[in-house]
Amino acid sequence: MSGRGIRGKVAVAGIGETTYYKHGQSPDAEFALALQAILRACEDAGIKPQEVDGFASYSNDRSDPSRIAAALGIPDLRFSNMQWGGGGGGVAAAVANGAAAVAAGYADCVVVFRALAQGQFRRFGEAAPDPTVSGDAAYMAPYGVMSPAQKYGMRATRFMHDYGVDRGVLRAIAMASYQHAQSNPRAVMYGRPLDAETYDASRWIVEPVNRLFDCCQENDGAAALLLVSAERARDLRQTPAYLLGAAQGSDHRCGAPVMNASNFGSSSFATVAPRLYEMAGVSPGDIDVVQSYENFTTGVMMAVVEHGFCAPDEANEFFTLENLTAPAGRMPLNTSGGNLAECYMHGLGLQLEAVRQIRGQSCNQVPNAKLAINIAGPMVTPVSSLIMGSEETLS
Amino acid sequence: MTVDSYLPAGMPAPVPSGDGLDAAYWEGTRRGELMVQRCGGCGTWQWGPEWLCHQCQSFHIQWQKIAGNGLIYSWERPWHPVHPALREMGPYTVVLVEMPLAGNIRMLGNLLGPPDQEVPIGAAVEAVFEPHDDADTPYTLVQWRLSS
Repeated sequence: MSGRGIRGKVAVAGIGETTYYKHGQSPDAEFALALQAILRACEDAGIKPQEVDGFASYSNDRSDPSRIAAALGIPDLRFSNMQWGGGGGGVAAAVANGAAAVAAGYADCVVVFRALAQGQFRRFGEAAPDPTVSGDAAYMAPYGVMSPAQKYGMRATRFMHDYGVDRGVLRAIAMASYQHAQSNPRAVMYGRPLDAETYDASRWIVEPVNRLFDCCQENDGAAALLLVSAERARDLRQTPAYLLGAAQGSDHRCGAPVMNASNFGSSSFATVAPRLYEMAGVSPGDIDVVQSYENFTTGVMMAVVEHGFCAPDEANEFFTLENLTAPAGRMPLNTSGGNLAECYMHGLGLQLEAVRQIRGQSCNQVPNAKLAINIAGPMVTPVSSLIMGSEETLS
Repeated sequence: MTVDSYLPAGMPAPVPSGDGLDAAYWEGTRRGELMVQRCGGCGTWQWGPEWLCHQCQSFHIQWQKIAGNGLIYSWERPWHPVHPALREMGPYTVVLVEMPLAGNIRMLGNLLGPPDQEVPIGAAVEAVFEPHDDADTPYTLVQWRLSS
């Protein structure tokens, strides 16, 4: 194995999140939410906030690291990093960037965070109010293609056509998230189960791929996780979740304008996933639990396929509620309830859940989970994913 | 040929990008012509517009008129309106069209016809022009209809 990889060098030592709210319902300002989540991650790890010396985020988070450092009284800010790209494709990359800073010695204690108060700013699911559009949007918005559900539905339609994927796959993914949320008091959809009839009767958002329950929520809140060196993590109060591998990017001309990506019917992971497994030194069959970002259930399906958990023409048999639910499913998926039913914290909540699984602290614990994969923001570019493991996976 | 507007008034209006990259496309639609990029060096077709050829990196990019014949590559039908102009519209159909006569580049537009029509992937479609002459900056969209 190459010495350049991240495997075993950095660990998640702390996690924290605010109360998760429906969009527009946070009583606190977005920046205050960010601070709360960061302080809780520090407390979870047993690290003083002034010891934090780096920040990494993604998707143009509005909470500026210099302002955070000033607010927290951090004496020496050593690392500030923003992952390019919109959507949630950058969440695993933000963790990877923070970990790279720790491994390289740029910083010792990096917080990865995301704060969103969509009630205080524009909602993701609404069109921009601009009367004119130019660039790529000029070829889409005048035809009514403006929201993420509309921009990415076209990719999913093609994938499902190519491989004969049934809508039952999407229903199983949605129901797994909702089922898991029923044992998670943090979840916005806690106490609000979803049955098959309700799913099937839900309205179309974008036919033929996205019914209402196929789409993520829009929420207010914040989440944070804290990265330190593996050596330091072993001396802290929580069981370390080690980073084994991480990868980001996308394949040939994925970002070509007007939907001209070469590999169009795809979640953008075709070249990223093999690099991830190579660095981590594990295979899909070794993974105990999967957290896969739900912008839309179609994206989950394509991303899980492109990470090698099943062949595309086996999806109809593989994606069943039984297979996808903890503790006994073949591939427990989104065990916190994920973006669909816990909270849409732009996917960072799923990273926290992977850490809980490695620690043995999940509300839907997979027995003896040692390896967890995190797949971020499918269908955008760049996308990213990472693998975390317990101490015993390092030997 | 030209058609009346498929979507309601008040949708975002396209304007050529300020750097001039795609002016030739938008000027072409006003004439009822479909103009796309082709590399003057290696002949590679390219869409959307870019400053250089993605195949050979030549900046000698030319604009070429193409016939509006394509095949439906993918489709979707938004039901949930995300723009005020669409609130009373109901579902509308969007197609991604592959252009076999131009290196299989893809173009996007609405599929004319009833909102509950079947949309067969692979079906032949042809481009029709939808002028918006009354806009502050007049423009023309390119729509698609199933070939007869």
